[in-house]
Amino acid sequence: MLIQIKNLYKVYQLGEIQVEALKNVELAIKKNEYVAIMGPSGSGKSTLMNIIGCLDVLTKGHYILNDQDVSNMDDDRLAEIRNKEIGFVFQTFNLLPRASALHNVELPLIYNGTPRAKRQELARQTLEEVGLGDRIHHKPSELSGGQRQRVAIARALINHPSIILADEPTGNLDSKSGEDIMKIFDQLNDAGNTIILVTHEEDIALHSNRIIRLLDGEIVSDDLIRS
Amino acid sequence: MYDTFSRFNEYLRMAWDSLKTHKLRSLLTTLGILIGVTTIITIFTTIQGLNQYVYGQLSNIGASTVYVQKYPWVIKGDFWKYRNRKNITYKEYLALKKYCTLADHISPEVFSVKNVFYKNESLDNIFVIGTNEQYSLTANLFPATGRFLTELDVRHKQYVCVIGYEVADHLFHKENPIGRKIRIGSDKYRVIGILEKKGDFFGQSMDNFIVVPIGTFRRVYGGHRGLRVALMTNNSDDMEDMKDEIRGIMRRVRKTPPDQADDFSINQQDMLTDLYNKLTATLFTIVFVIGGISLLVGGIGIMNIMLVSVTERTREIGIRKAIGAKRSHILIQFLIESILIASVGGVLGIILGFFAGNLVLAQMDLSMGVSLLSILIGFGFSSLVGIIAGFYPARKAAGLNPIDSLRYE
Repeated sequence: MLIQIKNLYKVYQLGEIQVEALKNVELAIKKNEYVAIMGPSGSGKSTLMNIIGCLDVLTKGHYILNDQDVSNMDDDRLAEIRNKEIGFVFQTFNLLPRASALHNVELPLIYNGTPRAKRQELARQTLEEVGLGDRIHHKPSELSGGQRQRVAIARALINHPSIILADEPTGNLDSKSGEDIMKIFDQLNDAGNTIILVTHEEDIALHSNRIIRLLDGEIVSDDLIRS
Repeated sequence: MYDTFSRFNEYLRMAWDSLKTHKLRSLLTTLGILIGVTTIITIFTTIQGLNQYVYGQLSNIGASTVYVQKYPWVIKGDFWKYRNRKNITYKEYLALKKYCTLADHISPEVFSVKNVFYKNESLDNIFVIGTNEQYSLTANLFPATGRFLTELDVRHKQYVCVIGYEVADHLFHKENPIGRKIRIGSDKYRVIGILEKKGDFFGQSMDNFIVVPIGTFRRVYGGHRGLRVALMTNNSDDMEDMKDEIRGIMRRVRKTPPDQADDFSINQQDMLTDLYNKLTATLFTIVFVIGGISLLVGGIGIMNIMLVSVTERTREIGIRKAIGAKRSHILIQFLIESILIASVGGVLGIILGFFAGNLVLAQMDLSMGVSLLSILIGFGFSSLVGIIAGFYPARKAAGLNPIDSLRYE
């Protein structure tokens, strides 16, 4: 089992009031699954994604990622886990605006100490894999939305993470580019990658094999739509 | 090791890119550092050049020579106290010569200023020194051509003179002065030697004087003038004993009452060295305070701009953290950026200060120089300011929460 979440609670303290963003979430995800997490805004799906992505810590419960208990890790250990296990793809791309595509993609490797030459070689290869071999020296502002998201995917892939975590990856794209991006995710899943999509669009979710729906911080359904 | 170096290299690259993006802002930010370092380096370079020169000149006054005089070289307090002292007399010189056993060489010195003539040439206000044959040793002056005074010249009060390099140059041009007669005031003297060239001291020529036998001097210009007596020992260990001996002889001859302080001064080179050191130390202190204030202001400027930078780049920090940057990575990244801004100011300040300092030295006709120490100081101070000023903003950046930072617009 790649992800095992047991009895997960996430509580925010807003002044006097305690808000339970997630309540008693139980979730298990195997390697090479293609999962969509759905729910309206305020359902807790972003919180769940942040916890799965090790950006946030849980209040109560257990989270075991790739046989490591990450429930109570400190900031720096979590940063290591994110670097090694998670590849993020965000709705707003989140690329460094002043850096070239190549530099953006090699960024995760800087933090695990890969030598420069090897880093650049790997980044170039990965950019070629997502079809941007001819754009490696372009800055994000010189690329289209679809191309930017492909840079972000290359960055997510470069460290061979256990999970690719995509948060509304097509939210800022036109439908054509969105489809292209989803095709890349499909191919990545076919190639053996584990993908978790967070979305509120049904047709995007239908690319996955399993749809988990959240409402008011609780999982209300968990359906296998393909096997 | 490779890892650390490679990462450091990466941070430096990132910091440099960031500076390049904000060229004007970075330059303005580093202005305070630039001014501070420039000030310090300018004075440092100047004083170093000056030191070399002054110590060189002061060593002309032999370290093993003392001067018995009416006035001390460095006057502390009431000038009139010294003004009312009796002159040092020829009789006292004779007493010192007779009784001072530790002095190996002793020369009496009387001074006057005269106009000097040879054929159609003349020189105004030339320093004339009446002394004996030992002056050559006590004053460290040797003839380049001809000879110095001899004991016979002095004993027989001959009308002979040894002239400084510049006097020879001006009066004789290409003619050989040896054996020629020049007129000093109203009397004629035969030139027997020309002294080695000494150069300038603070724009004052050291070759513009004439040496004549003291007996001749006293006969022609009168014996009323106060003397200066130079006493030299060949063994520098005897210096203090010699001074005690001199003090005893002088007090006895001058009949100074036992309950009174010396009514004469025993001067020596280290008094001037001390004075000079005190002056430069004061100057250093002032400059370090001024430079320090500039650096402080510069540091505040850097801290301010780094705080702005951290806020502006909150999202970047969020991205970096999301993909695996630890606290220390972010901390070092921003620290290096801050150090780099400060160092740019530091390096520019070193260059500017070097030129300014050497310009000052050139104005004073001193030889120019570059001091490694001043470069290290400039670099060290600016980097230190960079570290101190950058630490708080960098820590703030490192402590940012990735989720909030990623959402920051």
